[in-house]
Amino acid sequence: MSGWLSAILYILLAPVAGGLIAGIDRKLTARMQRRIGPPIFQPFYDLFKLIDKENVIVNLYQNLYLTGFLVFNIVAGTLFFAGGDLLLVIFALALSGIFLVLGAASATSPYSHIGAERELIQMMACEPMLLIAAMGLYLLPHSFQVRDILAVDKPLFLYLPGILFGLLYILTIKLRKSPFDLSTSHHAHQEIVKGITTEFSGPALAVVELAHWYETILILGMIYLFFAWNPWVAVPATIGLYLAEILVDNTNARLTWRWTVTSSWLIAAVAGAGNLIVLFYFLKAGF
Amino acid sequence: MERLVFLLIAVPLLGGILQAVMPGARARHGVIWFTCGLTILLAHAVLVMTLGEAPIRLNAGLALFERQGLLPAEIALIALIGFYGIRYRNPLAVVLAGLQALLLIGQQQAGHPEPLEQPLLLDGLAVMMVMIIGVVGGGIGIHAIGYMQEHREHHPEGPDRRASFFFVVFLFLSAMFGLVLADSLPLLLLFWEITTLCSFLLIGFERTPEAMKNAFKALNLNLIGGFGIGLAILHQSINHGTPTLSSIASGAAPAALLAAALIAIAGLAKSAQFPFSSWLLGAMVAPTPVSALLHSSTMVKAGVYVIIRCAPVFHLTPAGFILSLIGAITFLLTSTIAATQSNAKRVLAYSTIANLGLIVTCAGIGSHQAVWAAMLLIIFHAVAKALLFLSVGTVEHKLGSRDIEDMNGLIVCNPRLALAMLIGAAGMFLAPFGMLISKWAAIEALIQANPILPIIIAFGSAPTLFFWTKWMGKLLACRPQACPAIRVCSLSEQAALGLLAALTIGICAIFPMVSSHLIEPYLALHFSGEILISRGNLITMFIMLALIGLLPFSLVYRSRAERMVTPYLCGANLGDTGHFTGSADSVQPVYLKNYYLHSLLDEATLFRLGLIASGTLMLVMFAAVGW
Amino acid sequence: MSMFKRSPWMVHYDGASCNGCDIEVLACLTPRYDVERFGVINTGNPKHADVLLITGYINEQSQPVVRQIYQQMPDPKVVIAIGICATSGGIFSECYNTKGGVDSTIPVDVYVPGCAARPESIIDGVVKGLAVLETKRAAWRIERKKRNRVFRLPFFKPKASPP
Ligand code: SF4
Repeated sequence: MSGWLSAILYILLAPVAGGLIAGIDRKLTARMQRRIGPPIFQPFYDLFKLIDKENVIVNLYQNLYLTGFLVFNIVAGTLFFAGGDLLLVIFALALSGIFLVLGAASATSPYSHIGAERELIQMMACEPMLLIAAMGLYLLPHSFQVRDILAVDKPLFLYLPGILFGLLYILTIKLRKSPFDLSTSHHAHQEIVKGITTEFSGPALAVVELAHWYETILILGMIYLFFAWNPWVAVPATIGLYLAEILVDNTNARLTWRWTVTSSWLIAAVAGAGNLIVLFYFLKAGF
Repeated sequence: MERLVFLLIAVPLLGGILQAVMPGARARHGVIWFTCGLTILLAHAVLVMTLGEAPIRLNAGLALFERQGLLPAEIALIALIGFYGIRYRNPLAVVLAGLQALLLIGQQQAGHPEPLEQPLLLDGLAVMMVMIIGVVGGGIGIHAIGYMQEHREHHPEGPDRRASFFFVVFLFLSAMFGLVLADSLPLLLLFWEITTLCSFLLIGFERTPEAMKNAFKALNLNLIGGFGIGLAILHQSINHGTPTLSSIASGAAPAALLAAALIAIAGLAKSAQFPFSSWLLGAMVAPTPVSALLHSSTMVKAGVYVIIRCAPVFHLTPAGFILSLIGAITFLLTSTIAATQSNAKRVLAYSTIANLGLIVTCAGIGSHQAVWAAMLLIIFHAVAKALLFLSVGTVEHKLGSRDIEDMNGLIVCNPRLALAMLIGAAGMFLAPFGMLISKWAAIEALIQANPILPIIIAFGSAPTLFFWTKWMGKLLACRPQACPAIRVCSLSEQAALGLLAALTIGICAIFPMVSSHLIEPYLALHFSGEILISRGNLITMFIMLALIGLLPFSLVYRSRAERMVTPYLCGANLGDTGHFTGSADSVQPVYLKNYYLHSLLDEATLFRLGLIASGTLMLVMFAAVGW
Repeated sequence: MSMFKRSPWMVHYDGASCNGCDIEVLACLTPRYDVERFGVINTGNPKHADVLLITGYINEQSQPVVRQIYQQMPDPKVVIAIGICATSGGIFSECYNTKGGVDSTIPVDVYVPGCAARPESIIDGVVKGLAVLETKRAAWRIERKKRNRVFRLPFFKPKASPP
């Protein structure tokens, strides 16, 4: 029952929390660049403004896919916070990403097209590590259910340091932060105009933003899982790791797609898979 | 029941002969329609008759055939292969036919154990295969009517060999039914070689030098694989009397394992796994219905079918693990290569090999859930891939190209065709659809056994996502340039595509039933364990399916307050979506091409890697059998 | 309450300037002036922007581009002409290819004179533009309501606006 409660809370509160996190993120980023930066509520101002604007489109169907993007993002997050199957969460997340890509691809503008291709490459870079992380979390409770993983009474991050590292690496991609903001970028950054979101305007863009906030919360939830045995550690650790992501965002230049794929696959293969294999045989041997 | 199964095997064969002697195209097409429809019905009849029943052993007239006609048929087959080898100057084929003959003599020398009274076995797995062959095969047969008509119009030179084409297709269907029903290994081998021969004839249909070269490649590699079964027969008849699949599956470890490994080699060859993969790519020169029928949904499935039959033996053995590893490596490498391809048929070929690799991986593990996943994969893959192949074939005739880049904006030009292709693609990899359910089950099954296999699968499924989505993106792009004039599809093509598209979605909706009525009863006989996909997850899947179905309605709300503008081209648009002002006021067309990652991935290198890795692993597998 | 005031996103187009004003526009983004304080983001994409900043005069080549960019921006939107060139053609007004200031091509809402315009005055101009944006928003909402009163079926094509 508590699973459903937290799922409902997620649906209602994730946009608020996600927007706030985005606001803090922008403020911190500004401070790191010795600027004053926008108010913390700025993302909400942006969102409401976008909803208020005209919806300019290049073809009739592009926004259809965005609905899919938002809906399946929410489905993924809801499933996660309801304590559902982690693999299904990852698949739903991939599905939502695919909808975004299809929307951009249908727009036939060179910028959104390249953005779509790069988004796909980014998804390809993330996918193995996400699945490996799910498998790593599976090993201790012998279940892919999030609620079973939460119930594990051990500090998972000590068992899965390599997987946590690998996951953080690719979460930079998922959060669209430098050095991996290839397909589109945040704040005042620009890359191939606005990449995958180039052809979305007004309310459509608001949908993209909203979906991204949902996704951010889901990602933080995933990090939380690694520390879940003790909330007093978990909350500061999650916050700390997110701050680290902001720091990385501000201190790194953008990488090429080739680097993105090869480096994240390498890290998934070495840190993630290595960790998984070692842990599997350790557990089998009865440690 | 006996009579029904006899009809199942006989009807396609008779239909094939009948249409060949029919004068006139109309009568011929009528016979083909009728035969295909009847085959579909018969397959359903078999399904209905066997639901909830225990496995049945049958005779269906084949026991007599096995006693009297097997040897002459084998000799005729070898002679035919030898004849083609000599006629088209392919020494390897002749040598292989010779070896085949030697093996046959060896089998005769080893003494002939008394053939079974009832050489056929009709259980859940067989019924599942019969359904696939019947329904998908029938659908493809219907599609081929319109396809070959248009094919003839495109290639008017040379004699019209459509009658013999359909004869071979129907012969193949018969042999395929026999193959999946046969429990007696000699009988199975005969049907096996007939399908190989049919594949050879159909790949070489065009009779061009390239087609013949590829046809012989397919023939030779499959003959080599066929030796696996031949040797398994020899081994079984020396050691255990009557060689049957079921005796191997329930046999004790070392001896049965060797036979199973030998059969697995045959399976790997037929399923075009590394190191045998190259023949399937060559096979793409065949007319597309052939690719759909033989090289994606039925014949290549025979390979994984025999491996699944042997799966109980592989459970928890090192040899089984290595077999799985071969499958997993094939999955990883071929799906990565598929990401570099823009030729639609090659993409489909590589993706077929990849998915068969996934099935082999599951079968090699041989646990309850792994085999469950493997069987579901066979169903979903057969339907969705057949749909994709057929729609690519039709598109190829309409656009004159099988390049994915040329399918840009198909949703605008020919929405129905594009929709068929999209459903097929979604069925291959998207979340609530079929293949993903099985991939999910596969990961769950594999992680319980071993961490290495699911890691490889995780890496392999990422490129899958990449190449399918970019293909879908191409189809859905709202075309910047005007459409080329496109001819309407023939009725037969539309019927087949509609049938398969409905099946792709329908099976997702009823797969819990398929699982509980067809697959579970079979698994309960051979494995212990239970299925881990819980009801909660199933409900989630259905919710997702429903959400996707509801999506189009969001257009109702979306289309308000919208203004259509041109896409952003730095303001240099020429007033339309398709052109912009270039340097010196020139008019430049907008051309958007997908990424193929050529600077990162190289087809030849990856392919070689697969050959070396899997070749080594195959040797290790036999070492592991001994060990 | 309208959020336009708090979140004006801009796109900057260089008609044909000497680059002096462009540098000043970009200077607004630097830590010294930091327009992001006011929620301003330089999006670089007309489809995301509310404010079109144009520097430099309009000539044969840039005229269609300015028109298209303006047309691709979603309503409500304001145009701000930065520098004396954008206002009237400035020192280029006698050139063979000059069409004049920005208002020769699209309606301009705020003129920011100066050669080059200083960052302070550019920011000031944007703030002035926001007031215009407010009034335009009100007008546009009325118009939208009118447009929406006609219920359209989803698969019906909305009319493309003339280029
Ligand atoms: S106003 Fe002055 S600084 Fe600005 S573009 Fe014109 S000439 Fe250059």
